[in-house]
This record gives sequence, structure tokens and C-alpha cells, in this order.
Amino acid sequence: MKTVRIYVMGKEYRVPEGLTIMKAMEYAGYRFIRGAGCRAGFCGACSTVYRKEGDYKLYTALACQTPVEDGMFLVQLPFAPANKAIYDINKIKADDKTLVNFYPEIARCVSCNTCTKACPQELDVMDYIQSALRGDIQKTAELSFDCIQCGLCAIRCPAEIVHYHVAQLARRLYGKYMMPKAMHLQKRVEEIEKGKFDKEIEKLKKMKIEELKKLYNSRDIEPEESD
Amino acid sequence: MQKFPYYPGCTLKQTAKNFEKSAIASARAIGIELVELPRWNCCGAVSSLTSDEIMRHVAPIRNLVRVQQMNDEGMLENEYRLITLCSMCFNVLKRSNMVVTGDAEMLHTINQFMDTEPDYEGTVEVMHFLEILRDVVGFDKLRARVKKPLKDLKISPYYGCTLLRPKEVGIDDAEAPTIMENFIEALGGEAVDNPYRSLCCGSYHTVGENKKIVAERTYKIINAARRNGADVIITSCPLCAFNLDNRQKLTKEMHPDFEYMPVLYFTQLMAIALGKEEDAGLEDNFVDPRPILRERGFLGVKQ
Repeated sequence: MKTVRIYVMGKEYRVPEGLTIMKAMEYAGYRFIRGAGCRAGFCGACSTVYRKEGDYKLYTALACQTPVEDGMFLVQLPFAPANKAIYDINKIKADDKTLVNFYPEIARCVSCNTCTKACPQELDVMDYIQSALRGDIQKTAELSFDCIQCGLCAIRCPAEIVHYHVAQLARRLYGKYMMPKAMHLQKRVEEIEKGKFDKEIEKLKKMKIEELKKLYNSRDIEPEESD
Repeated sequence: MQKFPYYPGCTLKQTAKNFEKSAIASARAIGIELVELPRWNCCGAVSSLTSDEIMRHVAPIRNLVRVQQMNDEGMLENEYRLITLCSMCFNVLKRSNMVVTGDAEMLHTINQFMDTEPDYEGTVEVMHFLEILRDVVGFDKLRARVKKPLKDLKISPYYGCTLLRPKEVGIDDAEAPTIMENFIEALGGEAVDNPYRSLCCGSYHTVGENKKIVAERTYKIINAARRNGADVIITSCPLCAFNLDNRQKLTKEMHPDFEYMPVLYFTQLMAIALGKEEDAGLEDNFVDPRPILRERGFLGVKQ
């Protein structure tokens, strides 16, 4: 079995090549009670910082998504201490100043782009902070849509901005106040609330399983979109 | 249409939307298309005077890299003259450009630091829209495009600080500028002198405990304009505009003898003169300029 050397908090281990950082650390005997979650690159719990031998760059990654390389110096960041504004989304307004009012530190951004370089989701983090600064809630929401809140941007930011909380506020504002409403959905919810489908549901609930299966298999299926 | 790269800056997307709207419409009316940088960041808003604080130049220079990229990607054809409207953005971008093009070592450090961007090659020329009107379009040509001359409208130009100072950055003589006066005359208006046309408006004191400093300046500047017969004041700086316009309320509270005077972005009058009244954004000014403009017959009946 081919192995590679990794260093966990300075201590050397030999681990099989091809493992993810997370698996490699478990192979080396570590047990994660924090800093691990979905193990599929979605939850943002396993933020990792590392350097490679002979390379001045400081890298960031998700431990569950990144294969080990020979000579990696690793450290896990199971938690990011982050300032979070308190607000009631139902009571605040979405305007040019909302984001900067709740997070005035975004005005400290010097556009160094360190956040963007740190993002394991490859988002244009600096660009969404700049959009937030100029009050463009929609653009902030769109550019940050794939954020998994791992906190690596905030840990690296020299201006001490907590990007992902700013972005979350932007998405909440956008979703609640700005995004076009799906009128057909609203209409359907009203119909359901008025009991339009109650009879139908009661009928289904009393059906035998075989009848239900037959009904299910013969249902109308919308054509799939071709892209 | 002659295309120029255009840097708006944050304020033009917030409190000075009428500045941007009137400028874009006016530019279009004289055959200029302002192509907004597809990606841009805050210029930094004030220039750092500390000679070794390189980090503060990263933001402005990153914006200049975008201009290079627009040319490289074919959005522009060999056009490196970057147009700015906000005096402050103009000042910061131009100053940083001068600093790094005059200091190869600093430029190298910045380029090394911005390792996700192409190197800045010092090719961009930062210009203010007024300069474009004077030096590229020409005030004579502008005059020829005017549809509704601002006849007998007495306009007091207010330069503020950042269009003129420091000298190396200024678009005109720091002590005896004429560019705004010539601009006013090209629109058919009458420029009136104001001894305080480049007196600082009080700048960022407007956000702190010292708002009264700003209100006192406003009192001084507007009264001088009024003494010389001005109907309105024009400026090109959103911060000056805010201080001279919105702070008139506080000025009035402090000085009951004070009389309100409309303060406009120069592009708002330009839009009117070029027949683009609907894009002048006059409804956003604090002191409503519409009554006097309507009275003088510069606005249509529908308002």
C-alpha cells in the first residue's frame, strides 16, 4: 500500500494515499467529535487549514472533500468565533443601508481578496461583500448562494468581517422582501387551507395499498426539462 | 457611440442614484456610452497619506486591472481612459494610479500580492467626466448639442476639494479653476463667482458629533452664492452634495435668516439642457430644484 506523510498539529503520520484529510486523520487514530458533519461537502463543519512542504501558501479546504498529499501540515478549525447581528427578519426593511447597518465592519474591506482565496466553494466572496457595501442585496444573495458557512473567509479576513453572516442576512432579506413571489403557489396554498383537497386526501387515506400503488404508477408525469 | 469604461463607486448606487442616472443619459445624448466595469470594488473612499501603507492601494488598483481586462476581453477597443463621476472616487483612483506608476517596487509588491489577477501594467488613465467633456468632447461640441439652453439661469459652481487637490491630481488649476464655469456656459447658463467654491464643505464631519461644522460651511458657501445672484449650485461630489443640500435643514435651524437653495449634480442640469429632463432625477434632491427650474421654463409642463 502506497503511503504519504501528513503532519497533524506537527506530528508525523503515514497514511494510505488517496484518503481524504478526514479519513486520513481517522486512520491515524483521531476521532472527530466536532469538526465533522455530513462528510459530503455540504455542511461546512470540517474546515481545514494546511501548508505544503516547500510552498509558502496557506491553503484552506474541507477535510471531507480534499485528498491528502505528501507533506501536508494540517490543522482543523472545528468552530469559527463569529459576531452575528440580532434581528427579527419580520421587523426589518430591505434597503441600501440594511446590510451595512447590521454589519458596519464591511466598510473596512480593503479588497484584498483573501476571503475569495479561502473559500472552498470557490465563491467570489470579496465581490459579494463589495455588493453588500453598496447596498445591492440581490447581488449579495446571488453571489453567496452556495455558501456553506464553513467560516474560513471570516477566519482569514484582515478586516475581521464575518462574510457568511452578512450573506445570510442578504439572502433572508432577498427571499422575504425582494424575490418575485410565486403567485400560483400562493393561490394553491390558499386552496389547500380552504379545504379544496380535503375530500381527495380522505379518499386516498382509506384506499388499499394495492389501489394506491396502481394509482401512483398511472399518475401524470410532467416531462423532464432537457438540459 | 464612443464607449468608455466607467467606474460608478458605491455612493452612486445608493444616495446619489440621480447623479448616475443623469450622467448616463447625458453622456448618451452626446454619443458616449458609459460601460460600467463588470466587477468593481469600493475605491477606498479616502486616499491613505501613509507612504508605506501599500494595502490601501490594492482596492483602487484592482479596479484599474478590471479596465485592462475589459480591453483584453473585447468589451472595449483599446480604451483605457476610465471615467469617474464621484470626485472622491476620481481622486482616490487617480492618486493610487500615480503612486504605483511612479514606484515600480510598490507596483511589483501589489501585483505579487494580487496573485489571482493579471498584473496591473499602469496603462489606465483615470479621468473625471468633466475632463472628458472639456478635453475629449470639447465644450464647443457640447454647446452645439444643447437643445434647451439654460438661459439666464445663474449657477454657482462648487468644486470642493477632491476635484482640484492635490495639484497633481486636480482637473484644473487648484486656485483659479474654470472648467465648471466653462461647462455652465456651454449649457447656456450663467456662471456666477463664489469665493468659497473650493472651500471644504466639512466632509466627513457630517456623520459625527460635529455636524454643525458642516452646517456653518453650508451657510457660508450658499450665502456667498446668493449674494452673487445664484439661483442654484452645482457640484460633482456626492459628499459635498449631501452636505450642501441635506444639511440646509440644520443650517436653517441654526440660522433662521438662511434661505434654501437647490444644489444639483452638474449632470442634472446637463440632462435638462440636452433634452433629457426625464432622466435628471430632480425628485431626489433634498431642496427641490423643480420650482425654480419650472418657473424659468426649463422643465416641461408635465411633472
